[in-house]
Amino acid sequence: MATEYTFPDSGAKTAAAAPGSEKMTISMGPSHPSTHGVLRLQLELDGEVVTAADPVVGYLHRGDEKIAENMTYNQFVPYTDRLDYLAPLANNVAYAIAVERLAQLEVPPRCQAIRVLIAELARISSHLMGLGAFGIDVGAWTVFLYTFTEREKLYKLFEELTGARFTTSYTRIGGLARDVPDGWPGRVGEFCDQFLPRLEETLALLTRNRIFLDRTAGIGVISREDAIAYGLTGPNLRASGVPLDLRKDRPYCGYEQYEFDVPVGTKGDCYDRYLCRGEEMRQSVRIIRQVLKNFPGGDWFARDARRIFAPPKDKILTSMEELIQNFMLVTEGPQLPPGEVYFEAENPKGALGFYVVSKGGGVPWRLKIRSPSFCNLSILPKVCVGAMLADIVSLLGSLDFVMGECDR
Amino acid sequence: MTATPVAALIQERFPQVAGRPSGDWPAFNVPADQVLAVLRTLRDEAGFDVLTDITAIDAGLGHSPRFTAVWHLFSTTGHTYVRLAAACADAARPAVPSATGLWPAANWHEREAYDMFGIAFAGHPDLRRILMWDGYPYFPLRKDFPLAGLETVLPDAEVAAETAAKVQAAPLMGGPFVAPPGTTMDEAEPRAGDQSWTEREEKPR
Repeated sequence: MATEYTFPDSGAKTAAAAPGSEKMTISMGPSHPSTHGVLRLQLELDGEVVTAADPVVGYLHRGDEKIAENMTYNQFVPYTDRLDYLAPLANNVAYAIAVERLAQLEVPPRCQAIRVLIAELARISSHLMGLGAFGIDVGAWTVFLYTFTEREKLYKLFEELTGARFTTSYTRIGGLARDVPDGWPGRVGEFCDQFLPRLEETLALLTRNRIFLDRTAGIGVISREDAIAYGLTGPNLRASGVPLDLRKDRPYCGYEQYEFDVPVGTKGDCYDRYLCRGEEMRQSVRIIRQVLKNFPGGDWFARDARRIFAPPKDKILTSMEELIQNFMLVTEGPQLPPGEVYFEAENPKGALGFYVVSKGGGVPWRLKIRSPSFCNLSILPKVCVGAMLADIVSLLGSLDFVMGECDR
Repeated sequence: MTATPVAALIQERFPQVAGRPSGDWPAFNVPADQVLAVLRTLRDEAGFDVLTDITAIDAGLGHSPRFTAVWHLFSTTGHTYVRLAAACADAARPAVPSATGLWPAANWHEREAYDMFGIAFAGHPDLRRILMWDGYPYFPLRKDFPLAGLETVLPDAEVAAETAAKVQAAPLMGGPFVAPPGTTMDEAEPRAGDQSWTEREEKPR
């Protein structure tokens, strides 16, 4: 026998009981094409106008923070791939820097340059996916095909660099899994050369597209004050007119050496968020070209970090001392001092923060992941109210969230 | 700790607030009843206008104080962070005041900290679980909650009655930090468990 299903706190019944008015509560998601994963929105509708929205998250909760407390720092790197799984390289970099801050370890210039390079490639890859999916959400199928063609080329580069297309696990505490392959920087340069005209072609499909403008301009407006009060970060914050970019304001990884602009919106609507992402890709190409122009030589891992980073493979196979060192590193993890640090990196989706609390040794006592998608989604109950049901689709597409990161 | 402007401001206004050991940003241990006042001062007078994160630390069973709530603030003008920590006096019913009146961003962060640690944020308008389902009986990030999980009833009572199924603890084994002491390799490593011969049974000839 079916029991009646009621939504708590929706107010739908009270509204329906009032004379002359009738409201309807619908569940959008958890498997709805425009919720990009498993987000569920409980929407209360008056006709086609949304009067209340309650996002239900947690369908993809895996307990990453609990898992982190039960393994060594290096063992957690693959789990960071699965946070924002559209930009795993950027997550790898953010996590490695956070733990290195705890160890007070500086990585050499070549390692920093490679990290900037992969973080920016990940940004392009993530924005391409976000743009393509946004296009589909508002009925522009072609954009998706264009962006996925370009993203595929990036994935070829990622595969060559890391051995994996998707779950890259490329960084280690104190360095990287390996140096870049021969000729790889050149191929990144070639990608950039052919990517820029393709990007302009792709953006031209949307930027002055009448249907796209009708679906996005003036829709889902987030004011500057709201964006700050709800802790929005990344392109979603900048589209609301706040020129905050941690790469500029809190430079890490040597970002201060590179010249780039931070695009800022004026209205904070879905269209501004689209424009910001488009411009960020151009700026990423600019950064990548500067990195490639002065690509530093030398070590790609911190050579002095004896109890943190594994010694070179040939040394492990030939020298007793290095073999013991590697064995200790694998079994007990990189040995870090006690203390606590909080590090945020400017990821494609926003500021990805790691709060690491260590009691010393190879395992974190507590690892809190501050995920940008989680914070960006928390504004939904505010912006959905008063919007038309069809506008929610534009809004979700323009916020560009990833549930793997939101739910952790 | 170096005397940063924020430290000077805090010391002047709140003499009971002590510095907290930190590897990077200025950090302070705040008495729980002064948290809101300190947060408001930092927001209105020191320019820390963004609430970046609220979380908690569990020091483990038997430690006092057991639970510590942690706030991270960011300044969009000064581009620095500050960390506040407040110990919960009662380990059985941990509670700190809610910052939802200062930042709406606190809403979801506090729900998450409640969901994971069971810390009650007094004054929160809607303190429900956010990542786990409503009615889940445990607080998973507490140190006494096992990594593999605990058996619980299904969230849907109707399905549970029909199928008699339960949420099972996951066999999360493998690695030196996960395997219980005294286990053999075929118990600790899931892959080893699949093989037809183990440390106990000889390889068939």
